Amino acid sequence: MWSCIGRVGAAASGSGHRGRWWPAGSRLCLALVIAGIVLAAPRPSWAAAGTAAPDLEDRVREVASELRCVVCRNLSVADSPSDLAKEMRNLVRELLQQGKTREEVQAYFVSRYGEFVLLAPPKRGFNLLVWGLPFVALAVGACALYFVAKRWTVQREQAGPSVNQAYAERVRRELQERDGSSGS
Amino acid sequence: MSWKKALIPLASVPLIILLAYGFRTDPKAIPSPLLRQPAPGFRVAVYDGDELSLERLKGKPVVLNFWASWCYPACYEEAPLLESTWRQYKDQGLVMVGVDIQDKEANAREFMRRFSFTFPNGPDPGSKISIDYGVYGVPETFFIDREGRIIYKHVGALAPELMEAQVQALLKGK
Repeated sequence: MWSCIGRVGAAASGSGHRGRWWPAGSRLCLALVIAGIVLAAPRPSWAAAGTAAPDLEDRVREVASELRCVVCRNLSVADSPSDLAKEMRNLVRELLQQGKTREEVQAYFVSRYGEFVLLAPPKRGFNLLVWGLPFVALAVGACALYFVAKRWTVQREQAGPSVNQAYAERVRRELQERDGSSGS
Repeated sequence: MSWKKALIPLASVPLIILLAYGFRTDPKAIPSPLLRQPAPGFRVAVYDGDELSLERLKGKPVVLNFWASWCYPACYEEAPLLESTWRQYKDQGLVMVGVDIQDKEANAREFMRRFSFTFPNGPDPGSKISIDYGVYGVPETFFIDREGRIIYKHVGALAPELMEAQVQALLKGK
């Protein structure tokens, strides 16, 4: 192998006589070197793990992130380090490789574990309450706040000045007296 | 009492109903969608070398138990009951199948030797059978009737009374 590298180096710095500097043997050596580099290069994790191409891995992660790890607390199948989650990820990959869509894969897991396996409940039927109730509560709260604030404002306007009238009158009188005495 | 004053206690009624419902249900219980449904088919390469499939067991009542040697104490508690039930009812046609999940073969064999298992047991490579049955822990036991439908699922160690009742229901074809 080292001798091959030496000869390729010589060919690269040669005089341009391609037929001479790139003989059949050298081409074979070059091919072997490239093959060696490719084989020796660190393999991407998905290849090392014997899994599929990155595009498929993205889809696996996308689907797995919507599935609940059934042996964990609030972790998705994509994020869980548990053995069962790993097997579930493998099954997701297998189903996707078979040509199943995201919905079909989800439907398979739901048929086995129920809707519990979905991290987000589907937006239909009784589940709509879960999705809609926070917004309803927010709207009710905002309305309540508006009406309470409005009532406070009206009450304050009706009540007039909050300063004790007698006290205000006394202050006004004393100020007038002081101004009168300082003027004289 | 004006309607405005009645509004506050009235608004709390749905909350109380929700709480009452929540307190009366087991938060750990996950209802299986497989109940009263056809049992998913499976193939188990049992530890003694044979291969067992649900297809081959058609027409027989089956108790399918998921266990592991690392599942302590629940699997250790119910193991003697599984074996004694199998011995008691095998002549009446009952089939007991054990599926060992996420285990090492040596540990599994030691477990079977310890409890003198004579019913067929096999590993579940890739947890495919477990996932197909919606298993999320061990032990879990499925009772499959002669028509191949799951009539009952139990999570956790089986009690003798429950095992007896479910096996009787299977044998009578209820």
